[in-house]
This record gives sequence, structure tokens and C-alpha cells, in this order.
Amino acid sequence: MANVTIPIGPQHPALKEPERFDLTIAGERIVRLNSKLGYNHRGIEKACEQRTYINCLYLIERICGICSHSHATAFVQCVEEVAGLQVPKRALYIRTLIGELERMHSHLLWLGIAGHEIGFDTLLMYAWRDREVVLDLLAALTGNRVNYGINTIGGIRRDVSPEEVVEILKGVDILEERTKYYIQLASEDMTLAERLVSVGSLSTADAARLGAVGPVARASNVDQDVRRDDPYAAYNELDFKVITDTHCDVYGRVLVRVGELMESCKIIRQLLKNLPEGPIAVKAPRKIPVGEAVTRYEAPRGEDLHYVRGNGTEMPERVKVRAPTLANVQAVAKMLENNYLADFPIVLAATDPCFSCTDRVIVTRESDSGNAGVMDWKALRAYGIEWYKKNRGLDCSRIKLRSR
Amino acid sequence: MGYALSSILIFPGLLFLCFFGMVAEFVDRKLYARLQNRVGPPWFQPEADFIKLLAKEDIIPAEADHPMFKVLPVVALTAVVTSFVYIPLWSTRALFSFDGDVIVVIYLLTVPTLTFFLAGWYSTSLFAALGAVRTLTQLFAYEVPLFMGILSPAIVAGTWSLSGIAQFYGMHPLYWIANLLGFAVCLVALQGKLERIPFDIPDAETEIVGGTFTEYSGRLLALFRMTIDVELVVGAALLSAVFLPFGLGLPAAAGFVLFLFKVLFIVVLLAVFRTVVARFRIDQMVEFCWKYLAPAALVQLVISLAIKGVMLP
Repeated sequence: MANVTIPIGPQHPALKEPERFDLTIAGERIVRLNSKLGYNHRGIEKACEQRTYINCLYLIERICGICSHSHATAFVQCVEEVAGLQVPKRALYIRTLIGELERMHSHLLWLGIAGHEIGFDTLLMYAWRDREVVLDLLAALTGNRVNYGINTIGGIRRDVSPEEVVEILKGVDILEERTKYYIQLASEDMTLAERLVSVGSLSTADAARLGAVGPVARASNVDQDVRRDDPYAAYNELDFKVITDTHCDVYGRVLVRVGELMESCKIIRQLLKNLPEGPIAVKAPRKIPVGEAVTRYEAPRGEDLHYVRGNGTEMPERVKVRAPTLANVQAVAKMLENNYLADFPIVLAATDPCFSCTDRVIVTRESDSGNAGVMDWKALRAYGIEWYKKNRGLDCSRIKLRSR
Repeated sequence: MGYALSSILIFPGLLFLCFFGMVAEFVDRKLYARLQNRVGPPWFQPEADFIKLLAKEDIIPAEADHPMFKVLPVVALTAVVTSFVYIPLWSTRALFSFDGDVIVVIYLLTVPTLTFFLAGWYSTSLFAALGAVRTLTQLFAYEVPLFMGILSPAIVAGTWSLSGIAQFYGMHPLYWIANLLGFAVCLVALQGKLERIPFDIPDAETEIVGGTFTEYSGRLLALFRMTIDVELVVGAALLSAVFLPFGLGLPAAAGFVLFLFKVLFIVVLLAVFRTVVARFRIDQMVEFCWKYLAPAALVQLVISLAIKGVMLP
């Protein structure tokens, strides 16, 4: 067969969220990857500019389901820095606790998805059964299985009682047992090794050059972890290892994530042992002063960057979110070189993509003239109306926008 | 004439096969689920799926070849049901037999695989075409070990007729133990023929959507799924006739129960196999079959020849 271009997406069983990947294959070998992102863009950054900081927090938390606490905490840290608030120690510890529980949730979910992508549904069912332990803990602590709503500007909203501490420790014991089983599985199972080793290779130099973050970078032996390099919340008082691996392929990424599961168990135990007493929040002003701040947060997928600029009113002037998947998806084309079509789902899944986090509009470039520029709101709307008139025959120009 | 017609259409022909196929599918799915710590479907799930599919609309893509599209599921089901009449079930005589029918049965079981290829090819959909090509590639990998494995007991029995094989092992009961390596080889090759994990590459949902059956829906898909169910039972019956040929002299009712038991035992083995491994890539599958499975089948062939030469001159 000659070179064929397959559209993977926007709807495809391999993808949990819509994006478009045009794969050109010769037989079963991948020749080229052309990715088109943006199917999940919801205008969150623009929406944040028209809401108060607390309303923004609810919106930012819902950028993604499994990294919701990461985004919420990063945003809240930015705002607290601009406002110059001193968050109490207990609040920082509990934020870290929920963050680590979220990391365990995310990695177990990912393990299941990875199993599903290579046709190993048994691994999917086992990993997701163990994930229920974490979800039950989070539901008991925060009231929700995802989108925890535990953060507020200046601290947290719910406290952790001693009974809940006992429950968490029991749950962590169970999860540690199960994680040891997954480590053993990863090292011993033959078919797993066949599908994962030497697949999706990304050398250390390429990982650093393409800006990979999180477990993808650490599996290529790039030693970076925001929790250690730029500590936030309670991480500067905790003792934990940063897991790196030298395999530089999908197998390495599995090992890194499973290793991080074990480390999270350790971290949670330390947090609960040293949980300080005290208030859980300070009062935050409604109007955040003029200023800007950038925070980095180690989400389960990698480094999550938030930027907030306040202008003295109760609504932010600009909010910017750079999710880890945006950094990692650039490396996917490099990983897929010399691989087979059957490897595409697992290679993409091994970067742990979360396209809901990723899709923000950055820069537009006119494809013929090469001019780069940023479109403002009015120009973008006019461009959209004209495109639909020309290409789809629809006239949307008379729809009125709701203005505040 | 009436006896022949009712044998072919009702028992142990088409209707019996369809129902037994659905029972086997239930056993497979329930075991798969319980091994994964899930509850699994109720006993009537395969019947419910079949009836539901029959009630749905057949959507045929505009560019696909309509006559071929509609005929292929029927051809597949027919071939699989036809191959069943030559397999001895609970006595040493099948419904019909002649010398050389073991080859005919194996070839009749290859026809569904060819129809899967044609179905994918004539769908003119990209994913279906990829699935079709993978089906054929996979055929070249498992077919040779399957053939060699099934022919080894035939060599010991000295006949190319399935009923002849059953009669031989009826008279010399313990010789089937020498075929156990061939049994293992044929179990793995049968998993490939039935396109189940680890060899469900033509139907790899996360890579090529539905594979060969991407564009099939409604009654045509119901017939294809029925073909796959019946193929499971026929393949298991073939293996049990060739490799587990004991107890064939029992009276009718006990023999029937033993037959059900043997076939479901093979289905259970295949279900456990499906649970514990991940899916292979097509190149890994071809390499595995030619590097390990075919040599193992050759070893079994050599063993069978040695037994034939030494013990049964």
C-alpha cells in the first residue's frame, strides 16, 4: 500500500478527548505526524477576566477533571502572592495532602488507560478498582470524587479530622500493597514488556530540547521536579525522592509513574504525622492589589504554570495557564519516529495527555504571509464569522454577545 | 432425507450451533469479567445482543460494494456451520465423513477469515482496509502451526478422516497423551484464528476503530458476530475431537454431556489466555508464530512420526 494518511481524531477510541492527529503511514510504519490541537478550547482565560477571583477559582478548577486541584492550587498561590497573604501552615499541609492524593488518583487512572491502549483490559480493571480506594478517600475528605473545591484564596475550606486521618492511613496502606504488585507486574510480564520497551523513544537531549516536563522528561533521565527545584506548599519540609529512569521509552514512563505512586504514599504518611495545628485560612481581600505573579506546580502530568495579573479591582486583568501537556505534545512527533501504527495509542497515552488542560489560544500565524501576531477579541470574532460565512455558508454576525 | 435436513439445520446443525455458540460466548465473557474482579454479563446477554442487532438498521457506506457487503456474512456463517458436520461429537462417527475430511474442515474454517478480509476491503473505509490487511497477515502466521498441529494426531492414527481418527483413538486410548504439545500449539493458534487477545490485532479498537467490521451494523453485523461465536464452538469441537478423543463410546446422553464439557473446557482455557496477556503488535505476532509456534508444531510432528514408526508399524 502506498502512503496513507489516517485521521486519528477528533473522535477515535484511542483518544479520551478530541484532538486531531493526521498520521501518514507506509504499510504499518509511521512516516509523519501532523497534529492539530484546539478542539477543546473553551475560552477559559477570557472568561476569567470577567469574573471575580473566587468565581475564577471555580472556573480554573474545572479546566480538567484529574488535574483540577493542581490548577486550583497554582491559581490560588498566584493570587496569594500578588495580594501578599501568609497562608497558615495547616492549610499548606492539607493542600499538599490533597495534591498527593490527586497524584495517586491520576497515576492509577493512567495505568489503566495505558493497559487499555495496548489491549490489556485486565490491567485497566485492576488499576481502576484500586483507584476507587483513592476516590473514596477524596470523597470523604472533600465531598467530591473529582473537582475537590478545597482551596480558597488565603487557605482551604475544609479541615481534616483525626478520624479521617486514620482512614487515609489505612487507605494508603492498601494502595502501597497494590502498587508493589504493579511494580512486579511491570518488571515480569512478557507481553507488557513486548509492547512497551523500545517504543516511543525520546533521548535525554531531545527531551530537554523539546521542553518535555513531568514523568515524560524524568523517564528520559532529565532530573527536574518542581516540588524539589522550586518548592511550594509544604514540600520544603518533606523528604521524598525524585524518580528518574534511564529507559527513555514508554516502559520508563510506566516505571516513573509507578515509582511516584510509592513516593506519594511516603509523602502522605509524613504529612499526616507532622500535621500542624492552627487555622485553615486567612481572610483575603475582595480587591486584589496591582501586581503580577507566576507560579509553577508539579501536576501529575508535569510542570503547570499559572500567571495572574491583578489591577486593584475584584476581577483579574489577565490569567494565563500553561498546562504540562502542551509542553509534552510537541515531543510526540519525535517519539513516533520509526514506530508502528499500533504504537501510536500507547505512545500518546504515555505522555498522559490532558487536552482539556492544553487548549489555550496563544499566537496565530497567517499561513501564507507568515506574519505572527496576537488577535484581540474583536478581531478573532470577526475572523470566525467570516470563516463560517465563506466555508460553511452560515451567518453568525447577528448573534449578540452577553456583555458585563 | 428428512433426517439429513434436520441434522444440518436443527441438531446438531445450525440452530444448535447458534445457541451453543451463544452459551460459549457467555461462559467466555463471564469468566473474563470475574477474573477481572467485575460482575460480568447475565446468561442471556449474547442472545440479547443478537436480537438487538437484528432490530437495528443496516447502514452501508455509499462507496462500498453493496452485493458483496450483504453476501459476505452469510457466506461466513455457512462455511463455519458446514464444517461442523464433519466433526465427530459424541460418537466415533460424524454426521458425514470421508477420507480427507480433516483438510476440508480446516479449509472451511479458513473461509470466514477470507470473508473478514473481503468485508474490510469492500467497505472502502480506511480503518476497515487496514483491519482487512491485518487479518490476512495474521492468517499467514497462525495457519501453518494450526495445520501441522492438527495433522500430527492424524499421522499417528494413519488416516485423514476425522471419524477415522476418533475410531483409532477409541481403540488405542492412551496415545492421545503424546499429542499434548500439539494441543498447546493448536490452542495458541486457535486464539489467533478466532482473533482474540493477544491476537485481536485486526480488531484493535484503540488503533483502527472497528477494524474489518467498522462499517458493519444491524443484521449483517449480527450475522458476523454469530459467525465468530460459532467459530469458537467449532474450533473448540475440532480440537476436542482431535486432541481429547476419549469417552467416545459412551451412550448418547452421557456422551453429549461429555462433549459439552470438553468444548467448554477448551473455551475456559481460551478465556483465561485472553485475560492474562496484552495485545501483540502484528510484526511481533508474525515473529512469535514463526519463531516459536511453528517449530513447536514441527517437534510435535516429529514425535508423531516417531510413534507411528516405532510403536505402530
